[in-house]
Amino acid sequence: MTGRTMQAGAAALKAQTSPGLWTLAWRRLRADRVAMASLAVVLLFLLSVVLSATGLVAADWEDEVAVNYAPPTFIGPDPALSALAQPQRPAPPNAFDPLAADIAVLKAQLAREGHAVQKPKRATLPFGADKWGHDVIKKTIKGGQTSIVVGLVAAFVAVALGTLFGALSGFYGGLVDDAFNWFYSVFTSIPSILMILAVAAVLQTRGVASIVLILGLTGWTGPYRLIRAEYIKHKAREYVMAADAIGASNWRKMFSHILPNVSHVALVQMSILVVGFIKAEVILSFLGFGVPVGTVSWGSMLNEAQNELILGKWWQLTAAASAMALLVTAFSLFADALRDALDPKLK
Amino acid sequence: MFAYILRRLWQMLPTMAGVVVLVFLLFNWVGGDPSYLLAGKMADAHAIAGIRAQLGLDQPWYVQLGIFVKQILTFDFGNAWSTGEPVAHILTSRLGPSLTVLVPLTVLETVIGIALALAVAFVRGSLTDRIVMIACTVGMSISILVYIIVFQYGLAYQLGLFPVQGWGEGFWENLLRYATLPILIGLAVSLAPTLRLFRSFVLDEAGQDYVRTARAKGLPERRIVWVHVLRNAAIPIITYVMANLPALLIGAFLLERFFGIPGIGREVILAVERSDFPVIKAITVYVAAATMVFNLLADLMYQAVDPRVKLA
Repeated sequence: MTGRTMQAGAAALKAQTSPGLWTLAWRRLRADRVAMASLAVVLLFLLSVVLSATGLVAADWEDEVAVNYAPPTFIGPDPALSALAQPQRPAPPNAFDPLAADIAVLKAQLAREGHAVQKPKRATLPFGADKWGHDVIKKTIKGGQTSIVVGLVAAFVAVALGTLFGALSGFYGGLVDDAFNWFYSVFTSIPSILMILAVAAVLQTRGVASIVLILGLTGWTGPYRLIRAEYIKHKAREYVMAADAIGASNWRKMFSHILPNVSHVALVQMSILVVGFIKAEVILSFLGFGVPVGTVSWGSMLNEAQNELILGKWWQLTAAASAMALLVTAFSLFADALRDALDPKLK
Repeated sequence: MFAYILRRLWQMLPTMAGVVVLVFLLFNWVGGDPSYLLAGKMADAHAIAGIRAQLGLDQPWYVQLGIFVKQILTFDFGNAWSTGEPVAHILTSRLGPSLTVLVPLTVLETVIGIALALAVAFVRGSLTDRIVMIACTVGMSISILVYIIVFQYGLAYQLGLFPVQGWGEGFWENLLRYATLPILIGLAVSLAPTLRLFRSFVLDEAGQDYVRTARAKGLPERRIVWVHVLRNAAIPIITYVMANLPALLIGAFLLERFFGIPGIGREVILAVERSDFPVIKAITVYVAAATMVFNLLADLMYQAVDPRVKLA
């Protein structure tokens, strides 16, 4: 059938066709006000990730724009820190300095390149500054980028692995199923946090890629169990038998016939895992097993904030904690609504 | 019953073998050669060869696997690489402090969780129910790190109600003085997810026919909820609590680390920081074994709760 006749056929059938799973789910979601509000918040966070990843926002978070620990503007400047706000005066020339000539040359070179113009540091920032005078708002956006990207990519890896294993296990059954079930019971008998720490101990390299790997490789068990059950249910259905009758290969039956019918389970699992993985990344980075030095994430911010709190500098803790709490609340509410919308029987 | 337990234990063997092989592969193959790490910065080839021979790394892989299995069975993992303390002693001496925090925490969490879940399910659909559920979602979204940092700073450092951290010698001193704040924080963190879960268990039962029958014969609502529904909702609750116990042993690592409690969880963190493989290997294998045993215990408890369950 060509595309044109298909379109014509679709137009003719339009009156009778019933809406598909995704259309129905979208309608249910639209009717749910909490779901739409949380979706808006999640999209806002994703937008900030995109903007900061492309360098449009917060690219200059490492600039030391304010004095150390500059308080938020609504509190007002800290008098103890105002002396630091002035640009540093050059030290008086020392007649005995053997390097004076060299330093003068270097300074002249810096001045020509425009580095010497030291801006006066600000005494306050909209939401304060950290130990080095970085803007906390920009830092939170940049940290959010790391945490959210890790959560999304790791959840994708985990769900992709779980779906692949679940599909093979549920579709083939028999020995393949036994083998994967054994693998599953091995993985589930080790608590996931212990598994994550053990892999972190073995992988000596610290980096965003290794956290994604750690979380992705340990998180596949939940999706596996559900997808396997779906495949066992679906492989006996008539449409799969029909596909079998026209000679579709096993691979084709598994991934182009059955997969679209179970993909909503994978999507819901992924939205649940993202929340868990963002929390896990924050804890790993806090402990120093996560992002490398020089990369900021919400976890590394909380790590710094722990010591700052004793000094009474609460703003970095508040910024990182509330950004994370807002995103995770919105994401969990959305994941719940998504599950209800895609599987109304569950309620 | 005895035959059932024996068969279940027998069925654990392949899984346990899988855990052993997984841990072995992870540390001996992915982890690479630790002898360079152990020999220090100024190592010569002779010293490295000596360490390799001592650890059995110069042997073929099946001999190494054999050494590992023997270590597990004899409970003798040698000495920790970083401190030289025997690993077996680390495990036994750290268990007590962990349990001092975990046992009261689990008991309180379960009892309070069940009571609140029944109370909330009793008024399901009402404004109270929805507010409590939203509060739970928000409470779960705040990182456990934030709870610990803020509570430790506020209650211990600023108000001085509890010691900021530390651990003593006597059991009662530890429980009443040092473990109180960690237990409270653990409760604050774990109550929200527990309540949500238990509520869904209770609601699954609330729509059943026997509830309608009980109501029809005029039983007070209080008795229906606390006697009839609770007993039937107990099975998933037992599964959840039992399955979580071994994981909690590790899961409390943040509490132990912040409050300086010398428990198993803190030991894992220290071992990861110092790349102390024998300690992590030992803890992983024994916690996995404990998980399987606790799953079996959960199944045995089902029968005690629900005579309809036949273990065969």
